[in-house]
Amino acid sequence: MKILVCITHVPDTTSKIQFTANNTKFDSTGVQFIIGPYDDYALARAVELRDQTGGKLTVLNVGEAETEPTLRKALAIGADDAIRVNTFPKDSIFVAKQIAHYAKEGGYDLILMGRESIDFNGGMVHGMVGELLGMPSFSPVMKLDIEGTTVKMAREIEGGKEYLEAQLPLIAGCQEPIAEWKIPNMRGIMSARTKPLNVVEPVSQETQAEATSYQLPPAKGAVKLIDKDNVSELVKLLKNEAKVL
Amino acid sequence: MSILVYIEHAEGKVKKTSLEAVSFANALSAKTGEGDVVAVALGSIDASELASVGKAGAAKVLHASDARLNDGVILAHAEAVAQAFSSTGAKTLVLAKSSLGDAVAARLAVKLNAGLVSNVVELPNTTSGYLVKRSIYTGKAFAETSVTTENKILAIKKNAVDLKTDGADAVVENFSVTLADADFASKITSTERATGEILLPEADIVVSGGRGMKGPENWGMLEEMAKVLGAATGCSKPVSDIGWRPHHEHVGQTGVKVAPSLYIAVGISGAIQHLAGVNSSKCIVVVNKDPEAPFFKAADYGIVGDAFEVVPKLTEALKAEL
Repeated sequence: MKILVCITHVPDTTSKIQFTANNTKFDSTGVQFIIGPYDDYALARAVELRDQTGGKLTVLNVGEAETEPTLRKALAIGADDAIRVNTFPKDSIFVAKQIAHYAKEGGYDLILMGRESIDFNGGMVHGMVGELLGMPSFSPVMKLDIEGTTVKMAREIEGGKEYLEAQLPLIAGCQEPIAEWKIPNMRGIMSARTKPLNVVEPVSQETQAEATSYQLPPAKGAVKLIDKDNVSELVKLLKNEAKVL
Repeated sequence: MSILVYIEHAEGKVKKTSLEAVSFANALSAKTGEGDVVAVALGSIDASELASVGKAGAAKVLHASDARLNDGVILAHAEAVAQAFSSTGAKTLVLAKSSLGDAVAARLAVKLNAGLVSNVVELPNTTSGYLVKRSIYTGKAFAETSVTTENKILAIKKNAVDLKTDGADAVVENFSVTLADADFASKITSTERATGEILLPEADIVVSGGRGMKGPENWGMLEEMAKVLGAATGCSKPVSDIGWRPHHEHVGQTGVKVAPSLYIAVGISGAIQHLAGVNSSKCIVVVNKDPEAPFFKAADYGIVGDAFEVVPKLTEALKAEL
């Protein structure tokens, strides 16, 4: 089986978010970049499935040269080879088009990625790739098993989950607890250095919904502390001051 | 011309988040002059319930009652909404962000060649171009997004607009959709859903507990407070990881992102990953015995004290007031 996992290169979840160039660019000063946490779940499950069924696992990122350490980390975790589409990921449809193009070329049976990136949080790329390739797409998928060509999944819905079945090939946007995150071991890190990382050029696609400027939310005022022996004061404040009761 | 809204329903009721999407579309139309708001509902549901969508600002509801659409089959829903979009001549589709809504919207963006913006927090600015403000970095920032296509899809974040409730009943029309077998290529075999409870992603008040609750057997007092408030219950990641509470209650960066009017956190220290899931709340109350807990910095109101002492007292005080 051929599996493709698409990963994002995003600021660590503990990063302080700031912007530069008159609020038109993300300020990456001092920021550590990681594999998107949801993509990391997708990758972990893909490694398990590849080990179980055999075949090949490819990781793909749409990004400029600075994302290569993130792709190397994915190789260290267990991917067999990597593709970097050499362009800045401008918006969802632009990224989806790149993935669809190279996914079609590679003829994958299963395409996994995170339910959303943790920078733009759109959660739309898997569905777009699905529509572009004429494949079913599912998200957010929290369980995925393969029996022959049948894929059995659980998808999170509001307040519960939905169990479903579909046939390969398909695309899934993943989240926990689909698999446990894998930490690369020394052998993985050593072998990642020599695994193939192919840089390919983007295909053309007009952007449709591109971010043009950024802003931070207004600063939060200081917390109002209420004595633990006077909780009715809190109820009054919630009712009369915050007006949320 | 019209604006189309994809509405979802569960247990015979149109979801509140969908009514917010209708309210949003109504305000959008007043701004852009795009004509009537038309909602599309899929699967079995009473016509009287659909007529009441008019209160939120819809003039008409198209009802595709095909029972195969009762389950949220993503491909079939996307195809049905695409057909409604072309038959109404709409240029804008509005929907509420949700598990199904997101999955359907993404496919529609390609089908309709529409620029799609997710997590929209306010009405677009149309004075020059079409700029949509959306929440990014899990609520830690906002982006102005320029939509350049003629067709547009806006997926609305909860609490982006006030719910409109003073409209007249909507006209409900049957709408027939043509669906192929391929649209039902996936099969939903079963569904597990907490019934009769207030669902966390849609709740207006949330009561959440962390490791400070010491064990799953102590959740009764939080459920009691939630009941008094008509709130949903949530929890921190460690709590769902240890299995004290189910995964769908996990609030945070990799769990459910909530945007209630009131978020009450009990015994949660406030790790940055948890804050990412709650920072869109209007008002945050923190109860923690550690005065140094980082959550106090993100809170509007705080009580430094032991949960086991404070929660029952607070519940009594709420009962007296509500």
